This record gives sequence, C-alpha cells and structure tokens, in this order.
Amino acid sequence: MTQSEHSSKQYDIDLETLRSRVLEMGGLVESQILAAIDGFIDGDLGALDAVVAEDHRVNAFEVNIDTDCSHLIARRQPAAGDLRLVLAVIKIVTDLERVGDEAAKIARIGKQTHSRAPMSSAPIAAIRHVGDIAIGMLRKALDALARLDPAAAAAIVREDVEIDEEFRSIVRQLITFMMEDPRTISTAIEILWIAKAIERIGDHSKNMAEQVIYIVKGTDVRHTSVEALEREALS
Amino acid sequence: MSEELQITNPKLKVNGLSFYYGKYQAIKNVSMDIPANKVTAFIGPSGCGKSTLLRTFNRLYELYPDQRAEGEIRLDGDNILDKKQDITLLRAKVGMVFQKPTPFPMSIYDNVAFGVRLYEDLSRSEMDDRIEWALTKAALWKEVKDKLNQSGNSLSGGQQQRLCIARGIAIKPEVLLLDEPCSALDPISTAHIEELVAELKLDYTVVIVTHNMQQAARVSDYTAYMYLGEMMEFGATDNIFVKPQRKETEDYITGRFG
Repeated sequence: MTQSEHSSKQYDIDLETLRSRVLEMGGLVESQILAAIDGFIDGDLGALDAVVAEDHRVNAFEVNIDTDCSHLIARRQPAAGDLRLVLAVIKIVTDLERVGDEAAKIARIGKQTHSRAPMSSAPIAAIRHVGDIAIGMLRKALDALARLDPAAAAAIVREDVEIDEEFRSIVRQLITFMMEDPRTISTAIEILWIAKAIERIGDHSKNMAEQVIYIVKGTDVRHTSVEALEREALS
Repeated sequence: MSEELQITNPKLKVNGLSFYYGKYQAIKNVSMDIPANKVTAFIGPSGCGKSTLLRTFNRLYELYPDQRAEGEIRLDGDNILDKKQDITLLRAKVGMVFQKPTPFPMSIYDNVAFGVRLYEDLSRSEMDDRIEWALTKAALWKEVKDKLNQSGNSLSGGQQQRLCIARGIAIKPEVLLLDEPCSALDPISTAHIEELVAELKLDYTVVIVTHNMQQAARVSDYTAYMYLGEMMEFGATDNIFVKPQRKETEDYITGRFG
C-alpha cells in the first residue's frame, strides 16, 4: 500500500504514531514470550518472575492504544485504508494482549513445574521447537504489519498449520510418558498447558496476519481456507 | 477486483455524456446508471464537474448561452437531451434545490404553491392539502403551520432550505437534485435535511452533490467520485468508503488530496 501524505500533517503523525505504538507493544510481547519459554526451559525462576511482573505493561499498551483509536475515529472519521488500519489495530492489540497473557501463563506454570521434581528431557526439545515456530510467527506478523506486506502475512498462516501438527505430536509424547510412569502426570499436564499456550500464540499471530491482509487488500480473510486467503493476499 | 456495480432499476441512464462551457470541456464522456429510489452522491474537488453533471439532469444549463451537452441522458428511457424534450415538463419531473436557500419574496404558502400553480390547476382546499403535505414531508410543517402568510425570508437559514425542498417536492417530481443543500447550514439544520433525504428516497430518486465527504457517507446509497470532468469511480457507498478500487478515490476520501 503506497500512501501519499494527508493534507493534514497532524493526521499523518497520528496514524504513524498509532502504528509505531502497536509495533512497540509487539516488541514487548515478543520479549515476554521469549523470556517465558527460555525461563521455563532453563529453569530460571527469576526470569519467570520478571515475565509475570511485566504483564501489566502489556495490558497498559492495549488500553492506551484502544483509547488512541477511539480518539482518532472521533476526531478524524478515517475512511478507506485509514479506517481499515484503525479497525485492524483495535483487533491486533487484543491479540497481542492475549499473547502477553499466554507468556505470563507459561511463566507461572513454569515456576510450579520447577518447584517440583526434575523433568525428563524428551518433551522439552519439542517445546523449544514449537516455541521457536510461534515466536517466529509473531515476529513475522509484526514485520508484515510494519511493512504492510500481505504476501508475508499469508506465509504466516501456512505456519500455523505446522504449529498445530507439532502440538498434536507433543500431546502424543506426553501421553506416552504418562502411561509409562504415572508419577510424571502432574508435570506432564503442566507441560501440556505450556504447549497449548504456545499453540495459542500461533493462532493469535495468524489473526494478526489476517488483519494485515485486511488493511492492505480490504478483504476480510478470517474463516476462509488457506488457499482462498493466499489468493486474496497475492492478488 | 471485486464488487462490480449492478444497478437493476436505473431511473437515469447517462451515456457518453460530455459537457462544454464554450470551448472548455467540463464533463468528459461520463456514463453511469442512477438507481431509482436511492440516494446517489457526487463527490470530488471543486471544479471536478459534479455540479455541472447535476445540472444536466434538468437541463438547467439551457439558461446560459454557449453551454451544451453531448451524449444521452435517459429518464425512464426517454433521452432528455433530445431537442423535442419539453423543458418545463422535464423540470416538473426533475426538481432541484440549491446551495443557498432561495426563498421567493412572498409568503411561505405561496413559495410552496408557486411551482404547483405552473403545472396544475388545484382547488383552494386541494392546494391547502398539497402545501401541508409538502411542508410535512420537508419536516417544516410544525414550525410554520401558524405563520403560512409570513414571508419566506423571515425563516432561519435551515428553515428556508427546508422550504425550498418543500417547494421542490410540492410539484411531485420523480427525481430530486440537491446541490450542496447543507453547505450554508448549521449542524442541527444539516441533520434535519439529512434525515429528510432518507425519507425522500422512499418516493423519489435523489441525487446530491456535496463537498462534505462524511455527509455523502451518511446519506447516500451510492457514491460517485469525479475528478477533472471524469467519473473516476462509482460504487456502493459502503464500498467506496471502506474499500475504494482506485487510488485516486482513496486519496480523495482519506484527505490525501492536493
């Protein structure tokens, strides 16, 4: 989307500020999720505490950006691409805030797990792997938003399919662990929750990617097939 | 690109219309269908030809020398640009309201009755009924019913504009042309007129020219964006304001113009 400038410079500044604050929030959320997964895998309880303590900053971003959006709508009555940007931002910050919640959830569960028995190493590698995919998706979704790149956004949606498969594989592994040694059940269930939280991050990143396509193309691609979405994004 | 415009019941069919002020071509080969019983808005920067286009629909330009139209404008199938077209009859079918309220220097009653007397021979009581009907339609009846003999000029700007609309609809036209009807009005009067436009489309085909983009978005079903005499984009208002197909349209409605 090539955009020339508004006759009103202040309007340009308002929209640009809005976008950069979303990206700033995205940066914070990304570092939260990274710290939560690393902290869990390394057993770094201090890092996990920090993630829980920082969650309020993510929440504040959500509230402030939503307020900015309502002010912008009231003052500017944005239309066309500007309108789509503002609408998409309102949705994107909800997804980002939820990703922040998942990070805090991983940190809290991680602390519990580490306060108990040491874990078998097998599913940890899988958690690392699925976590890397999720963080990659989040980062790419934010990049696609920064560059308003629908093709990059469409690629993220493909990755979500991969994450879902990885999640199912982790579930199968954990079931095997639990059947072999029932003493691992508490820990296995916690790891399952963490895996589920990571899987949700993939879903939220996909939602953000769909919003990028909406901003640029004006088409609502939610709840469509991956093929239809790609067709729209690349048209 | 999606959402092709389908107009199923056009009231006016504009076909290859060009318009000249002397040698200057103000409208360049415009073709469009204006749907019946809908509000169609023309937007565009000053001098883009939107008012000129509106004025071809009742051949108002004939009042001036050196102005001519080429092409076709079909009103229910009949080409109104045809030399044989009776202009008085055309203007009875296609009424117009202007930017500035233009009450005649006569009573409120006579302002509304003026056009009717040109076309119809009504009894006193029939005329009374017609005046009440038109003023009620124009959302002015309650405010003026006790002072119908006062001068039209005694009303406020917003009331005067509604009086002009009452005068326009009293002759029961089929098409109502509104040329920036709210540009001289305060927000409350504007809201009254916009409310009225929504009512009027039940009975009439309404075409409105407006500088106020938000007004076009609020009142119209279809929006046409004109630039330098050309029809850049014509589509459902919901599409034009959320997802315009052309960058020129997007730039104009988002305020990135000029």
